[in-house]
Amino acid sequence: MNYSAPDILPPPSRKGRIFGRHRRFGDRIFSNLTLIFALVIVAILLGLVAILNIDAAPSISKFGLSFLGGTSWNPVTESFGALPAIYGTLLSSAIGVLIALPISLGAAIFLVEMAPSWLRGSCSFLIEMLAAIPSVIIGLWGLYVLVPFMRPVETWLGGHLGVLPIFRGQVFGVGFLTAGVILALMIIPIITAVSRDAIRAVPDHQREAMLALGATRWETIRRAVLPYCRSGLVGATILGLGRALGETMAVTMVIGNAYKLTASLFSPGATISSKIASEFSEASSGLFIASLVELALVLFGVTLLVNVVARLLVWRLTAVKAAGE
Amino acid sequence: MSGTSHLRRKWFNRLMLVLSGCGAGLAIMILGVILGYILVHGISYINLDFLTHAAKPVGEAGGGMRNEIIGSLILIGLASVLAIPVGLMAGIFLSDFASPKIAATVRFAADILAGVPSIVVGIFAYAILVRPMHSYSAVSAGIALGIIMVPIIARTAEESLRLVPNSMREAALALGITRWRAVLGVIVPGAITGIVTGVMLSVARIAGETAPLLFTALGSNFGFQGLTKPIGALPLQIYHYALSPYADWQHQAWAAAFLLLLLVLGISIVVRWVSGRRHA
Repeated sequence: MNYSAPDILPPPSRKGRIFGRHRRFGDRIFSNLTLIFALVIVAILLGLVAILNIDAAPSISKFGLSFLGGTSWNPVTESFGALPAIYGTLLSSAIGVLIALPISLGAAIFLVEMAPSWLRGSCSFLIEMLAAIPSVIIGLWGLYVLVPFMRPVETWLGGHLGVLPIFRGQVFGVGFLTAGVILALMIIPIITAVSRDAIRAVPDHQREAMLALGATRWETIRRAVLPYCRSGLVGATILGLGRALGETMAVTMVIGNAYKLTASLFSPGATISSKIASEFSEASSGLFIASLVELALVLFGVTLLVNVVARLLVWRLTAVKAAGE
Repeated sequence: MSGTSHLRRKWFNRLMLVLSGCGAGLAIMILGVILGYILVHGISYINLDFLTHAAKPVGEAGGGMRNEIIGSLILIGLASVLAIPVGLMAGIFLSDFASPKIAATVRFAADILAGVPSIVVGIFAYAILVRPMHSYSAVSAGIALGIIMVPIIARTAEESLRLVPNSMREAALALGITRWRAVLGVIVPGAITGIVTGVMLSVARIAGETAPLLFTALGSNFGFQGLTKPIGALPLQIYHYALSPYADWQHQAWAAAFLLLLLVLGISIVVRWVSGRRHA
């Protein structure tokens, strides 16, 4: 639980503050000092939002809303549109979540409901280690191991499921599908950890009542346990989605950096973060930089929304649990 | 209830339980494959030259990542020096001094900040430091990494400080000492394991961060030249060498990945061991 801890800490329960009132001079200085440091966090966040808005202003005023719908990205003619990057971000993240969700859910159910305690601890630990591997190392592995592996897989998919437009087109190895697979690997740990905690929070009387009715273990899980912690599971998924949306290095290394809108999952593409990572340090003109910053602003907005929703869902569950105890 | 339906339920039960087990097995297998591949592949390229020599130009054999190893350590140190005081003091504020309303605001800000993609933090550091100073610099990278560390440290510090029983606070006050001394002398030492755990987790997190370094640290062909100059770092070099067409550089990327992974996983294992002991 260590790795996901900062992501899912619920708001603490109310507790009387012993140190609340303070009269002495030194105490007032100290408590104000801690206040100042705490406000640094708020200031960083506000500063970040302000800087992004200021630096993106040239692009916002030039392109307006058409920035979000535009499909070209041409530094020479200074015409910038974000749609292919937004599409790539959403598509690769969606593939990632679709692959990661069943695996993570199965793993979480196994860890809570089935694994003997000695296995539970070591399995949880191993899965959390996956979360600790730096993104750039996953990218390195992806580039040299996963990409060659994906070529025959994609050829096979194209041969057997080619009736669907998403499985048509030339196979490169790099592309949306490979990026989605990489993202799935990276979010499995967080979805597993948070849904494991959600499932664990279901009180035992739920299970016992269902078993007493003669239900099998799976029926108990399916009808008594999972519905009880549904909001926690949805929260876990959305938290994983938030992680996938902002992921940069690994995706940049395997998505192939092409800027186009296409239905084919085999096609190389770009995400918002890969676009920024590969072009920001070379951007020369003011409008080019402003457009990249506006991309960052869009990414910030989307992840903010996703994270807030996820947190509310996870917190609601833990609040229910706290009230029940 | 008929016999066939009973049998079907039984088999469906088994099937689904096995599938769940497969999920866990698959997750662990993937981890094993990735970890094993990087460790086995990486260690074969590690040698003394890699650790003690600077990078060489394309075409020349040998060369290593001494400068990047030192650079990474400098950046981690810089980020820690900046982030630990802020995070710890904010944690103390949240657990012991804040009124509920301000606490909720700060906590919310910290959680949002923790969810900001690291590349966006990099752009922020670029805008407030690199552009005004007209140079990529170690200090801008240190601040970017520090911003990523702060919310993690603050929230874990708050949680661990809350675990210190209130009776300790009351006992300290009953001795007649001031509140700030009670905090620094009694409460923080009581929560030190959790606080250190949080700091180590945040170090493990930033040690491998690459995206915020792309346009702050930039990378450098030379050794450390001062905090206001560009600086190399292991994750940056992995990225550059991995995408290079030269086999020699790609091998060095694997070696660097091995080293970085060893550091990050080492920290995770120590954290696990320490926090496991605390709970036991």
